Amino acid sequence: MPRRPGVLRRLRRHRTAVVGLLILAGFIVATALAPAVLPYDPNMADFDHVLLWPSPTHPLGTDQLGRDLLTRIVYGTRVSFLIGILAVGMSGLLGIPVGLISGYRGGAMDLATQRLIDLLLAFPGFLLALTLIAVLGVGVTNVVVAVGLATAPVYARLVRGVALSIKEQVYIEAARAIGVPESRIILRHVLPNCLAPVIVQSTLQLGAAILTAAGLGFLGLGVKPPTPEWGTMLGEGQTYLFSSWYIATFPGIAIFLAVMAFNLLGDGLRDALDPRMKLG
Amino acid sequence: MSTSLGLYILRRMALAIPTLLGVTIIIFLLIRLIPGDPARVIAGLNASEEDVQRMRVELGLTRPLHVQYAIFLNGLLHGNLGTSAATRAPVTEEIAIRLRPTVELAISSIVVATVVGLTAGIISATRQYSTLDYVVMSVALFGVSIPVFWLGLMLMLLFSVYLHLLPAGGFGGPAHFVLPTIALAAFSIAIIARMTRSSLLETFNQDYVRTARAKGVRRPAVVLRHALKNALIPVLTVIGLQFGTLLGGAILTETTFAWPGMGRLLVNAISSRDYPVIQGIVLTFALMFAAVNLTVDVLYAYVDPRIHYG
Repeated sequence: MPRRPGVLRRLRRHRTAVVGLLILAGFIVATALAPAVLPYDPNMADFDHVLLWPSPTHPLGTDQLGRDLLTRIVYGTRVSFLIGILAVGMSGLLGIPVGLISGYRGGAMDLATQRLIDLLLAFPGFLLALTLIAVLGVGVTNVVVAVGLATAPVYARLVRGVALSIKEQVYIEAARAIGVPESRIILRHVLPNCLAPVIVQSTLQLGAAILTAAGLGFLGLGVKPPTPEWGTMLGEGQTYLFSSWYIATFPGIAIFLAVMAFNLLGDGLRDALDPRMKLG
Repeated sequence: MSTSLGLYILRRMALAIPTLLGVTIIIFLLIRLIPGDPARVIAGLNASEEDVQRMRVELGLTRPLHVQYAIFLNGLLHGNLGTSAATRAPVTEEIAIRLRPTVELAISSIVVATVVGLTAGIISATRQYSTLDYVVMSVALFGVSIPVFWLGLMLMLLFSVYLHLLPAGGFGGPAHFVLPTIALAAFSIAIIARMTRSSLLETFNQDYVRTARAKGVRRPAVVLRHALKNALIPVLTVIGLQFGTLLGGAILTETTFAWPGMGRLLVNAISSRDYPVIQGIVLTFALMFAAVNLTVDVLYAYVDPRIHYG
């Protein structure tokens, strides 16, 4: 694997990337501490305390079932982050091998794969995820599958592009000439070159996946209640927007902060991993 | 020249046909991949065994798959997308009523996104590392991170509930367009601004721009006439792709603003498992996206004289 000295140092000096990392760290710390610090159950209804305005006992207020909003948002971090990580992992697992083989082998298989990817990219991404939900039904697993499948073509195309440019390099030709098996060339020489763009893409894609999953939840077609998921909470809060604005507002801020953090980190990683970029 | 451009457009349209056929195959197969018995699902929970059997025949599910597809495609070419399971009305009729609101929202948003995004990108690039550049890029970062449905609700809260300036939802006069358009365009404005900025900055380093500067061409003229023209090419691609994002976002925006378009119909159809309607709308969205991509390709040939459309 090619050594890139100073990637971490570059990342540390990238001010916006550090901000992104700090926000993500904040989410993770809050989630880890939640059971010890927050006295409320995220899913238990409490009909004596419905639709309470933000106050010292309920810093972000309570929802239509009397559940503490802060508690639900903090617990929702697990759900949203888990969906994001699993969905991105799935699209990577599907897309990266396809892109590697398609780009390295070329020929008829490449042509066929590319046409298939063209077809999948002919659907707007959110529409594809939504259609898959229409077929699969709602629920956490199906949201992961829908978002993961809808994003896989992006990885295949990205990795194929890198593989195409790498396979023309002299050292690949040299490896082939001395009889290194194809699978070893792909794994040891082509794949490592794809890692930098894949890491950048995955970080940005984590934000996008969380956003898509939240969109499905907002439409009532994502994670099933009462599981605390930010988009679903926002959708439920929409009904009470005019009287209790905070129910829809705070989950939205959580989505916004999480997505922005992944975007900041992704942009920072791109700058840090690209030696041609100068740090501003 | 114009005849060869015409030929290019024709050839490009011919190339789109296999893709469109593929899209119909995917949609056709997806609906048949529904776990369980599609006829039972479509007929509804309370359907009798006879109803289910009738639905099976109506959907042609008793025939081999390739025959089913041929029937589906034949119907499609004759403008027949089947009947809605919920209203028993033809799907094409259901879509026709809702097409205009969605198309109008999408067009107003892409126009706003292009105008604002290009302007912001040009301002940012010509004043690189200035406070203004910093502000524009920060706002753009917000734009790519804000959930479209949440932005819609917040705009509604501020401008309708508190300031009473604009209607909170529904379809009607120009005032009804303001909030949904801003909410829907925000993400695309940000993407277009970022792309314009980086693309312009790249062209500023090109020799011909330096030459133009050296021979004394004024700076605005260099930016607009020399640099922007070349910088526009990647921006055009992004605008085309953004239209796809916009169509997806329209589904969310329509739900937020009670907009009587195809997006809301799709969400309702998914909730009530009205598969003929789902199939029809997904197909319509995919066709619209394909038409836009085709237009972008043709515009390419127009903007970039280096593309030979022989």
